[in-house]
Amino acid sequence: MARYDLHKDLQEIDAPVILFDNVSKAYPTGTHAVNHISLEIRKGEFVFLVGSSGSGKSTMIKLMLRETKPSRGKVYVAGKDLGRLRRSQVSRFRRSIGVVFQDFRLLKDRTVYENVAFAQQVVETPSWVIRREVPKMLALVGLSDKHDAYPNELSGGEQQRVALARALINHPVILLADEPTGNLDPKNSFEIMNLLNEANKRGTTIVVVTHNREIVDSMQKRVIMINKGVIVRDEKGGYAHAKN
Amino acid sequence: MRRISTLGYSVKQGMKSIVHNRMYTAASIGTMTACLFLFGILYFVVANFRYLMEEAETTVGITVFFDSGITEEEIGEIGEEITNHEDVDRLVYLSADEAWEQYKEEKLSPELAATFGNDNPLENSASFEVYLKDVEKQAEVVAYIEGLDGVRQVNDSQSFADMLSGFNRLVGYISAAIILILLGVAAFLISTTVSSGISARKEEIGIMQLIGAADAFIKGPFVVEGIVIGLVGAILPLAVLYAIYYRVIEYITESFDNVFSRMEFLDIQTVFQTLIPVSLLIGVGIGFIGSYLTVRKHLRKGLIGD
Repeated sequence: MARYDLHKDLQEIDAPVILFDNVSKAYPTGTHAVNHISLEIRKGEFVFLVGSSGSGKSTMIKLMLRETKPSRGKVYVAGKDLGRLRRSQVSRFRRSIGVVFQDFRLLKDRTVYENVAFAQQVVETPSWVIRREVPKMLALVGLSDKHDAYPNELSGGEQQRVALARALINHPVILLADEPTGNLDPKNSFEIMNLLNEANKRGTTIVVVTHNREIVDSMQKRVIMINKGVIVRDEKGGYAHAKN
Repeated sequence: MRRISTLGYSVKQGMKSIVHNRMYTAASIGTMTACLFLFGILYFVVANFRYLMEEAETTVGITVFFDSGITEEEIGEIGEEITNHEDVDRLVYLSADEAWEQYKEEKLSPELAATFGNDNPLENSASFEVYLKDVEKQAEVVAYIEGLDGVRQVNDSQSFADMLSGFNRLVGYISAAIILILLGVAAFLISTTVSSGISARKEEIGIMQLIGAADAFIKGPFVVEGIVIGLVGAILPLAVLYAIYYRVIEYITESFDNVFSRMEFLDIQTVFQTLIPVSLLIGVGIGFIGSYLTVRKHLRKGLIGD
């Protein structure tokens, strides 16, 4: 069985890193979350997906992660049709994608170190590599002193930094962040965005779903606005420019 | 190196899950223990009955008597024809004199025996004792011998042979039915335990799937959990059975003195050299299969929605 290696595929092809080809997604409830969306995101881009609640932004993240399949159309990542990936290939594909959620999704019974190390254990990284990499990553997100703390002992901003460290530890090609600042105050929100920006400068393609107008305005990146499952605007700039 | 690290992770998480779900774990181990305890008891019965059957096959014989006036040569020919039958194990010739000596020894007091002097009241009682390879074939062999020329009478113990083989079959069927039902219950309970573990760790499994854990990595801890339950559930009844084996036999021989007092039972080493590997195999096998199928079903169903 052919192994799915996104890092290798991205080096070898010149296709968009993410491509939506006339994608629609309807849920069994009858909700049409995404309607005939076509979209290209190229390697190294930093993209904001914005729009009101229920506009289809999170469904797009799920489609990119192959957490769900399109009802129509095709989603390609690094030239590969995600709908055609076999079950064993899906897990390998996801190893090249980092994910961050609004609710952090940390394991509450594990320390900061263990939460980050977990992402490496899952992909069967040798333990000596884990011991070397995790402290470096915690230093990068400014949490060296929280090594042995449990998630409930951390502030929201700190928890999101742990989640970000976990998402970045395996050196993802793409980082998908679903409302990463949704539960954070402005100061922590900007710190998280700075960390994402740093990862982007190191070559990671970043896709951020957000409602946070201030952040979008301050970053001046590509903004894709979704409304009722349709792209209504796609341009570089601030949230205001992307207004429906 | 990676495999060792993954195995270590699976064992650690599996043990944590066992402790976390201790009520379900205890119920599963309890059921498995009960199943394999009963299995052990039934195995005692079946193994000892088989042993008694084997003993019977060498002691339950057929006695063949000849027509009066038959020559030694004709007896020899009959013996040859009997030996040629495929179900006959061996043949012992008892001359009339030997039969009378044996009878005197077993049934008569020396004084009474002396009154017969040199007379042999059993002079027409030379016989063959025929021993079979398989006691169940007795009727067939008797019919064959009765059809031979020069044979006057054939004595057998068909009713005893029928009883032994019938009882053996009955015990076998009942044992198989009970064990199958109990093992089904044990597999169901292990599946419930693993399902509860999966529910408790649903979030963790969801995160694992999102960050690219292979199915085998996710299944590992649950399979370890199932195997440990099966292993402990097999070791406990084996220990108890080992401790009580001779007491059970003592109880049976004392309670049913008239039936069992003269019978010999299998020694503990012979019984356990089969019972230990079989019980461990059943325990670990049910634990492995129950947990593997359950976690596979949950993963296929998709914990994170579609």
